[in-house]
Amino acid sequence: MHHNGHMASADQPTVNRFRLLGWAFALTGLAVLGVLLFAFVVNAISLVGLWIGIPLTLLLLPMLQGFADLHRRWASSMLGEEIPSPYHPSPDEGMLAQLTAAATDPARWRDLAWLLVNSVAGVALAVTAIGMFLGAVAHLVLFTFWPALPQDAEVDLLGGVVVHDQLTAAYFGIPLGVVYLFLWWWASPWLMRADAHVIRWLLAPTEKERLAGRVRELSESRAETVDTQAAELRRIERDLHDGAQARLVSLGMSLGMAEDLLATNPRAAQELLAEARESTSAALSELRDLVRGIHPPVLADRGLDGAVRALALGSPIPVEVQIALPGRPPAPVESAVYFAVAEALTNTAKHSGATRAWVRIRHADEWLTATVADDGRGGAAAAAGGGLRGIQRRLAAFDGTLSVTSPPGGPSVLTMELPCALSSAKTSSSSETG
Amino acid sequence: MRVVLGEDLVLLRDGLIRLLNAYGFEVVEAVDNGPALLRALVTHRPDVAVVDVRLPPTFTDEGLRAAIEARNQVPGLPVLVLSQYVEQLYARELLSDRRGAVGYLLKDRVSDVTQFVDAVRRVAAGGTAMDPDVIAQLLARRARDEPLAALTPREREVLGLMAEGRSNAAIASRMFITEKAVSKHTNNIFSKLGLPPSEDDNRRVLAVLTYLNA
Repeated sequence: MHHNGHMASADQPTVNRFRLLGWAFALTGLAVLGVLLFAFVVNAISLVGLWIGIPLTLLLLPMLQGFADLHRRWASSMLGEEIPSPYHPSPDEGMLAQLTAAATDPARWRDLAWLLVNSVAGVALAVTAIGMFLGAVAHLVLFTFWPALPQDAEVDLLGGVVVHDQLTAAYFGIPLGVVYLFLWWWASPWLMRADAHVIRWLLAPTEKERLAGRVRELSESRAETVDTQAAELRRIERDLHDGAQARLVSLGMSLGMAEDLLATNPRAAQELLAEARESTSAALSELRDLVRGIHPPVLADRGLDGAVRALALGSPIPVEVQIALPGRPPAPVESAVYFAVAEALTNTAKHSGATRAWVRIRHADEWLTATVADDGRGGAAAAAGGGLRGIQRRLAAFDGTLSVTSPPGGPSVLTMELPCALSSAKTSSSSETG
Repeated sequence: MRVVLGEDLVLLRDGLIRLLNAYGFEVVEAVDNGPALLRALVTHRPDVAVVDVRLPPTFTDEGLRAAIEARNQVPGLPVLVLSQYVEQLYARELLSDRRGAVGYLLKDRVSDVTQFVDAVRRVAAGGTAMDPDVIAQLLARRARDEPLAALTPREREVLGLMAEGRSNAAIASRMFITEKAVSKHTNNIFSKLGLPPSEDDNRRVLAVLTYLNA
């Protein structure tokens, strides 16, 4: 994993004053644009009664959202904490439905309110920072262009000093400039941080919105989990009905007939008995496959570590396994991760054309991370109904996520992350190529 | 021949005792959990042990662990492990001490009584009995590898049967060819895989399994 230097420095809140100065200029300019945007949106809304306002508003809303998102990103890099977009999902069709959704979304109204606040408070904070810097520079360089000023020039310096000639301009200007420079150096991060706080105050989701979003997420993942489980149970029922149960019925028939024929036709009875034996083998093999699909015995025996190792051994391409878990995750999490890794390895073997694959499982800060990578041709995507979508569903039940990097030409890297605590059973850290 | 049996399900335990008795084995002790199995194996040092992978108290791979531990204490103790499913991981662990006298079979193989009894005898005699499923998985996994890809289909079939632990005579009768033809095939296989030739059946099987497991 390689981060380049640029990315790394953008990730954390840096206090590069000159970059902040650049931002202060940019934010001031943007605030002016923001006032225009505010005027457009308000006008568009006022025209909704005349219909034309509806498409106009719907056209402007994404611009407003993008504008606010830009500031959210800036504030989150400034504060070092994520500021998510708080918007409700918009319906795909129907202008009126989209407009209603937007109108009932408090986040949209807060965007508008912020545009106004930003044009005053945001600009004031940014301009103060800019002013301190420019003032400092002006004081420092004042004496250098004194000869260009008129003969009888008087300049009022900030701080109440009046200078009349080049010497006094240098004598008072330079120390004052240094003081202002120092002030700017000290105050500009505070000022810009204050601006970021204003943005967070109005643009971050409120606690209510955050909780509402969380409830929405949970109901969706719960509904999916329930659906998946119901489908699984139906599949198991069908497999048992068509498989093992049918085999046992035919077994009973064979045995019954053999019993009848034993005295009169022992040869035929023997054939029936052989048939019965084959029936039991087939039934057992079907049950075995079924059990593997429900809860693989090796997972029960050996936990995630051993089970993933067993998967690797069964894979048609060599799989390198690295697992560092200082304990065992809860059984349902183990099972979800196991099936996710199994699905990923099956996909790899089937579609990627890879010659090698890797599985890494780690646990840090209450998060379990499993990575499945291969050197294949890439191009994997979580299409609806595909295996990757299934993995996503499995993980979502535990608040887990799947991210896929699979550019055409490869390599593919699947990263599954889910929050979980480990039971402090045993230390297992091992690495082996299977 | 003295046998220790480790199986927790009464139905299967009684069935196995009856079956083994019918074929002239003497079941010296039948136990139903892991710790008791380990104790029985170490005290009786039977000619062969027949062990279910999953045993109480944990209902995980208790039987397998007891068998491996017993072999640590009594090196080369013949153990035939039965299971509802086969895992290459477990086959690998059983074979890892390279002493042979191990078997690993699906439970349903018991229904082919003569084959099963043959496997028990083979393990007791220091041989190997690997389930065809394990061998099929091993071969499928290595199918694309260079030396294995060079084998003829016939040789591959012989290799599979040999890896299951069968003698030349058994392979010959199964493939309806002469023993001489089998040994010609095995010589070819060994030279193609670069393995040292050996007249000893058991050592040959272990060499093949080690090669496939690598």
